[in-house]
Amino acid sequence: MNRYQKFKVGWVYLPLGCWLWAPLLLFLLILAALVWRLANPPDSDVQSAMVGKTVPAFVAPAAVPGKPAVTSGDLADGNPKLVNFFASWCVPCVGEAPVLTMLKQQGIRIVGIAVRDRPAELRQFLSDNGDPFQRIGSDPESRVQLAFGSAGVPETFVIDGRGIIRMQHIGPIEADDVPDLVQAVKDAR
Amino acid sequence: MKRFFVVAALVLASPGQADSNLPPAYWANRQLPDAQKEAEAKALMEEIRCLVCQGESIADSDADLAGDMRDLVRRRIAAGEQPSAIRSWLIQRYGAWITFMPPSEPATWPLWLAPLVLLVAGALVARARLKTRKRK
Repeated sequence: MNRYQKFKVGWVYLPLGCWLWAPLLLFLLILAALVWRLANPPDSDVQSAMVGKTVPAFVAPAAVPGKPAVTSGDLADGNPKLVNFFASWCVPCVGEAPVLTMLKQQGIRIVGIAVRDRPAELRQFLSDNGDPFQRIGSDPESRVQLAFGSAGVPETFVIDGRGIIRMQHIGPIEADDVPDLVQAVKDAR
Repeated sequence: MKRFFVVAALVLASPGQADSNLPPAYWANRQLPDAQKEAEAKALMEEIRCLVCQGESIADSDADLAGDMRDLVRRRIAAGEQPSAIRSWLIQRYGAWITFMPPSEPATWPLWLAPLVLLVAGALVARARLKTRKRK
């Protein structure tokens, strides 16, 4: 058989020479796809589908003595605010703490949800890193976190005065994020 | 000798765990006393994706959050909730991504149709091949 003779695979007639290259082309295509994915790993952040919806009903008891507890009703008191999911065992939360203090100094109300934490360790964390929180609710089994559609600590949600979730910030808040968050809280009025 | 200690320290050091010090939630690693309900919970836990180790189900993952999700599933099933209701509760919060059983919606149609299309294509190729062979 001449390699330029037309050869049929399925319905497609092509010279045999073309068919001989097909597996190599297919292999290169797959290789290119794999290399591209390695160079551009997919974003592993889990976006909450609760943005735009009302805060789910929850009650989080006081996490440290002397600091009020948090209920979903407290998040619909007419004032926009941030809800910050954090923990004393979370290393990025230490880095985020000074930025939260900056936000508080700009007049932003911040409510904390302490995920899987103990009062003693939490008190130590607050005295080491500052306490920008109006209230701190305890979430020992991540139930409030799951109800918000949050997937880790730290995460921060912008809540408007009617208790509707307006925005989710995944990961620690950096100094660069402050203007956007302040604007988002202003817009949430 | 110094080098040995450095190497030993590197080998023995455990990776930094971003896990809490709290013990696992009550139902995280405990079976429900009712075998029927435990089976329902197990089936659901095997199809719910862990938010931390994203390739694993919450039944397989050791992450704290996966334990808390198993606790949530078992607690709700023990309270008489249907697995489908718990699944929709999770999808409402995390999107269809949270389940390994993608729901049938326009975006996932290719996923369901691809095996059928490939099967038909394979049958056609095989038929063409067998016909040429017969002619010889």
